[in-house]
Amino acid sequence: MIDWSHTALTIAVILGSCLTLAGMLIWVERRLLGMWQERYGPNRLGPGGCLQSLADMIKIFTKEDWIPPFADKAVFVITPAIVVITALMSFAVIPIAPNFVVADLNVGVLFFLAMSSLAAYSVIIGGWASNNKFAFLGSLRAIAQLLSYEVFMGVSLMGAVILAGSFKLSDIVNAQQHQWFVIPQFLGFLGFFMAGLAEAHRTPFDMPEAEAELVAGYHSEYSGMKFGMFFVGEYLSILLLSAMTVILFFGGWHGPWLPPVVWFGLKMFGFIALIILIRAAWPRYRFDQLLSFGWKVVMPLALINLLVTGGVVLWRAG
Amino acid sequence: MMNTWIYARNLVVGLWIVFKRTFTKPVTVQYPEEQPYLPPRWRGRIVLTRDPDGEERCVACYLCSAACPVDCISLQAADNPEAHERRYPAFFRINFSRCIYCGMCEEACPTNAIQLIPDFEQSEYARRNLVYEKEDLLISGTGKYHDYNFYRMAGVRTRDKDKGQGEHELPPVDVKSLMP
Amino acid sequence: MEILFYIAAAVTVLATLRVITHVHAVHALLYLVVALIALSLIFYLFGAQFAAALEIIIYGGAIMVLFIFVVMLLGPLAVEQERTWFSLSAWVGPSILALVLLGEVGYLIASGDHPTMAVAEPRQKAISIALYGPYIIGVELASMLLLPGLIGAYHLGRRLSSEARSC
Repeated sequence: MIDWSHTALTIAVILGSCLTLAGMLIWVERRLLGMWQERYGPNRLGPGGCLQSLADMIKIFTKEDWIPPFADKAVFVITPAIVVITALMSFAVIPIAPNFVVADLNVGVLFFLAMSSLAAYSVIIGGWASNNKFAFLGSLRAIAQLLSYEVFMGVSLMGAVILAGSFKLSDIVNAQQHQWFVIPQFLGFLGFFMAGLAEAHRTPFDMPEAEAELVAGYHSEYSGMKFGMFFVGEYLSILLLSAMTVILFFGGWHGPWLPPVVWFGLKMFGFIALIILIRAAWPRYRFDQLLSFGWKVVMPLALINLLVTGGVVLWRAG
Repeated sequence: MMNTWIYARNLVVGLWIVFKRTFTKPVTVQYPEEQPYLPPRWRGRIVLTRDPDGEERCVACYLCSAACPVDCISLQAADNPEAHERRYPAFFRINFSRCIYCGMCEEACPTNAIQLIPDFEQSEYARRNLVYEKEDLLISGTGKYHDYNFYRMAGVRTRDKDKGQGEHELPPVDVKSLMP
Repeated sequence: MEILFYIAAAVTVLATLRVITHVHAVHALLYLVVALIALSLIFYLFGAQFAAALEIIIYGGAIMVLFIFVVMLLGPLAVEQERTWFSLSAWVGPSILALVLLGEVGYLIASGDHPTMAVAEPRQKAISIALYGPYIIGVELASMLLLPGLIGAYHLGRRLSSEARSC
C-alpha cells in the first residue's frame, strides 16, 4: 500500500522547495536581466542581493489588500488561489529523481495538461471579476492565446509519449536513458517550448499582461498578497515549464557522475536561464501575429512531427 | 520561405548578442560607495559667497530673482549705513523644490555672489526642508572666483577708495579740460 | 475510498444544483466547472484515469472556457433578465420530470442487486482499439460533422476586403 510517511515527506520537500525557488526566481530573474542589460540588478540586501525576495515579500504582505467596490467579490478573491493551486498540483506528478515523486500517475502527462488547462480559469475569471476594461481585454487575449496554445502543447508532446509508449512521466524519463528525446523530437521540443512560454505568459507571448498597452492586463486591479500570488504563480509556471521540458525531452534525471537530483536541477536551471534570456532579448509579438504563428506554423509542424513519429514507430515495430 | 528563414535567424542572432553580455562588465556606478566625478562648472546646489575680505558679495539687486525662470528666489534689500554704504539682502530665500538648476541666476549676478556648485545630494523627507534661508545659503568662502571683489573693480566711489583708484582702473577723465 | 466517492458525488450534485438555481450566468458556469472536476474525480476513483483526465482537459479546460468567454461578453444586463425569467412557473415542468427520474433511481436502489463500487483497469488501449476498429464509421462521421463546422466558421470569420489583409 502507500507509504504515508514517505509521501508526506516528499510533498513537504517538493512544496517547500517549489515555493522557495519561485520566490528566489524573482531575484534570479532580476539579476540575470541586469547582467544581460549591462547593469547589476538588486545587489544590496544580503550576499549578492539574495534576500531581495524576502524584502519584496514583507512589502507585499504589509500592503493594503484592496478589493475594488465594482468587482465581483467572491470570484475576485478565489482567482489568485487558482493560479497557485493549479501550478503546485502539477508538481505532484513531476519525477525529480527515481522514487522522488508525490504521485507517479499512469496519466501523468494528461494530468499536467489538465492542470494547465484549468490554470486558464485564473486568467479569464480574474480579468472578468475585476470589472475593468484593461483587465477584461487582457483576459480576452488570454483566452484566445491559452486555448490555441494548449492544443499545440498537447499535440507536440505526444511525439515523446509515442516514443516512450507511456503517459507515465517516470517511464518517459527512463526511455531516455541512452538518447534524449530532443534529438528525434526536435520539432516537438520547439513546439512544446513555445506553447509553454505562451501558457506561462512569458515574453514573447506575454500579451495578456502587456504593460505598455493594458496597464497590467488581467491582474490590473489586484494588489497586496493577491497580486503576490499571481506573481508567484507566474514563476511557478516557469519552474513547471522547465521541469516538464527536462522530463519530456532532455532525459530528466539521467546524466553521468553527478546524483540525479543535481542533474535535474542543473538542466532545469538551464531552461530557466533560457526563458529569462528570451525575455531580455526578444520583443513582444503583435496579437494577430501570435495567433497566426500558432495556427499556421506551430500547429502544422506539430502535426507533421506527430505523424512522422507515429509512422516511424509503427515501421520499426514491423 | 526565405523570409521565414531570415526571421528565425534574426531571432537566434538576437539571442546570441544578448547572451554575449554575460561576459561584459556592468556600466553601473555603485553610487553611494563610488562617487561620480563632477566637473567644477557642474550646476548643483546654489550658494551665496563672500568677498576675499569676508564681506557678503550680494548687493540685493534682484537680478537673480528677475532672471529665475521658475521664480524660486525671493529676497528683500536692506540698508545698513553704519557698516557700509551698499545694500544687502535682509532675507534671501531659495525654494529648491522649484529650482531647475538652470544657472541663469549665476549668469545674471553682477557681483558673482550667487554661484552653483557641484553638489546634488539635497534629498529631504519633508518638502518644506527644501526652502533654504540666507543662513543656509551663505558660505564663508569665495566660491569659484577667489580674487574677485566687485567694489575694488567697479568705477564707483566707496568709503575705502575714490573714483579711479580701483584695480586695473585709469584715473577719471577731466571732461572740463581740453588737454588729453 | 468510498467516503471519497460520496464526498465527490455530493459536491457534484450540489454544484449542479447551483448551476440551475444561480441567476448570474458566469457564476453558474463556474459551478458547472466545479461539478465537472468532481465528476472527473469520480471517474478517477472508479479507475478510469484516462477518462478523468480527458474530462478536465476537454470539458473543464476547453469547452467551459469557451462558454464563459461568450457569457462574459453579455455584461450585467443579463442578470436582470435572468431574474425576471426565473419565475416559479418555470420550475413546474422540469421539477415533474426530475421527480420521475428520482422515482426511477429510488426504485432501482430499493430493488437491490446494485453492483458495489468496482475498480476498473485503465482501458484506454481497449477504447482506442474499439474506436479505430469496429466503430471507425462513428469516428469518421464525427469528423465529417466537425469539418462543416470548421468550414462554416472560416466562412463567417473571413475578411471581406482583400487589401485589409496583412501578412
